[in-house]
Amino acid sequence: METPLIEFREVTKRFDEKTVLDKTNLTIYENQITTVIGKSGSGKSVLLKHIIGLLLPDEGSILFRGKPFDKMKKGEWNKYRSKISYMFQNNALFDSLTVFENIALPLRQTTKLKKKNIEQKVMSRIEQMELSDALRKYPSELSGGMQKRVALARALVTDPAIVLFDEPTTGQDPIRKKIILSLISHYRKQLGFTAVLISHEIPDVFFISDRILLLWEGKIAFHGTYEELTRLRNPMIDEFLQSLDGLRDELTGLLSKEIFRSRYALTLGRGSVHKTVTAVLFGVSVEQITTILGAQTAMEVLKTLGAYVNQYFVPLGGFSARHSRDRILTILPDTGFEEAGKLVHDIAQELQEKALPELNSIAAARAVAGGCFEILVTAGITEASSADDIAQIMEQADTKQKIIARYQCGKEGSSK
Amino acid sequence: MESTAKDNPFLSFFQFIGKKTLYIINNLGAIAIFFTLAFLKIFRPKQFREIVQQVFYIGARSSNIVILVGLFTGMVLGLQLFYTLNTFGSEGVLGSVVAFTLIRELGPVLTAIMITARAGSAMTAEIGILRISEQIDALYTMRIDPLQYLISPRIAAAIISFPLLTAFFDLVGIFGGYVTGVLLLGVDKGAYFYRIHAYVQMADISGGFIKSLVFAGLVSTICCYQGYFAHLLTDSHGAKSVNLATTAAVVYSCVMILVSDYVVTSFLM
Repeated sequence: METPLIEFREVTKRFDEKTVLDKTNLTIYENQITTVIGKSGSGKSVLLKHIIGLLLPDEGSILFRGKPFDKMKKGEWNKYRSKISYMFQNNALFDSLTVFENIALPLRQTTKLKKKNIEQKVMSRIEQMELSDALRKYPSELSGGMQKRVALARALVTDPAIVLFDEPTTGQDPIRKKIILSLISHYRKQLGFTAVLISHEIPDVFFISDRILLLWEGKIAFHGTYEELTRLRNPMIDEFLQSLDGLRDELTGLLSKEIFRSRYALTLGRGSVHKTVTAVLFGVSVEQITTILGAQTAMEVLKTLGAYVNQYFVPLGGFSARHSRDRILTILPDTGFEEAGKLVHDIAQELQEKALPELNSIAAARAVAGGCFEILVTAGITEASSADDIAQIMEQADTKQKIIARYQCGKEGSSK
Repeated sequence: MESTAKDNPFLSFFQFIGKKTLYIINNLGAIAIFFTLAFLKIFRPKQFREIVQQVFYIGARSSNIVILVGLFTGMVLGLQLFYTLNTFGSEGVLGSVVAFTLIRELGPVLTAIMITARAGSAMTAEIGILRISEQIDALYTMRIDPLQYLISPRIAAAIISFPLLTAFFDLVGIFGGYVTGVLLLGVDKGAYFYRIHAYVQMADISGGFIKSLVFAGLVSTICCYQGYFAHLLTDSHGAKSVNLATTAAVVYSCVMILVSDYVVTSFLM
């Protein structure tokens, strides 16, 4: 069995009379995004601060690759610390230093890199985070979202192997929230770090997470994947998700996944007669767009698609939800296959003629000079019956995916 | 039945004294360790730039207030001492009396109090804010030693700045005495400077500088310590804890300047 990168064994932490972590056991694996969820004040930040050594457990032990922290020699501890980075909930930027100086600080103070090399590394992060205009500004002159990006740049500038993110999306607008999570997922793939994330940004945080831990009254009440989380009917999980999960996805305006599931159960699950419905699965090349044009452009495409899906399908009794970062599933209970095809064609036309050309200026400004890029929107239409579960419907629709709208190297074109 | 401190006023009095004594001794020990660690880290690499910056904030930016206070202190001394000495017909020694008073006592003490008010309080407030906004924790997470990065440069800068500003204060104060004594009240210019030259010894000057070095260590350590542990030393949280820490730093620094002045003087005499 794989040795966990970080492991908590019976860790207890008390502040005066209050027990925040109560014999907590958890494991974090290498090269994964592990998300810790839990109610406010449940000890998530305390948990994260134990991983980096800002807090020490009252009882129990924390292990790195099987070795307890308290058994590590000074050199081993320093080596561990050099691999880890922390992004604070309130950013913790230095008010008296400029954006550039803030990001350069860990490199200037803890490495022997030459001034030129430090400048190169910092500038590369600044460009990735789209902070070039704020280079010489002080944190107090920036918006909350920009401060967050500076903190993210500072956390990543040392190329850490483990990054701890303490509520990285707090105080952001819906688009920025998705962008930050998208950036974390994107850089995790690009730079290959292990991420431990605290976030209430549901469902988006689930889409990028490999494992989810639910911290409940000082203990880990659940650990597993998103699919396992939604499949298991655990009263604690239900209570938590209901406390957070709104009726709608903030970015796209579509239904939340939980509400979608109950609507689907109501539509197809009642009665003994099998009912046939039409399902449409839309896909957007989010990862590709993020790499070439930035996370904001990717979010704009998703948002626009969500708006069209609502506009065309809701009047016909259809309901839709995002089931992963880049996939939207729509169920049309009273619409036939042919009619659904026509509607998808209309959406494709709207995308092709209105939405994608609007992205022209953003694309032109952000695309790598001379590089060719492509924005793809796909759709697959299938028929489903009450015997099928959502995963099966998605699989069926996936096999029928076709490109419905395309933006390529400044030229538009579509196929259906 | 065994009597407890709660129902026995005699015991509760000693319990109070005992608690306070332990608290003070614990804090003194912590301050001593804090100073020693921070002082040793002055000599680590990458400190020069930070120290120069702090010399600018603590030293150069305090020079105006120190010069102003020095000038008027010297002028008042010239005025007061002229009339006192005049009753004995000894106004000729005005220069040496003004110089002695400034070099041995008033120069180091008033300079230290002025720097405490201007730079010491700012030190506590700045470090306190860094503490409550988790910026000190952020330094730790970036593997930057907060003592080395924040405290050592301030202590080094205080050790450099205090004697220099004391020298300024002494010089300007002597000039202030000259303005009132010689220019306004008619003491002989030659006698004023001759007496200073003849009576002031190197031991007086070095004594004053020793005091200013002791004050530098005390003020910078107390102010930095109060800010660094602003979240632990008071019962309050957030901005209020910084407020209380800053007040405490200024009060403790001023008290310690006067107490240590007596102790150092008694050793130098």
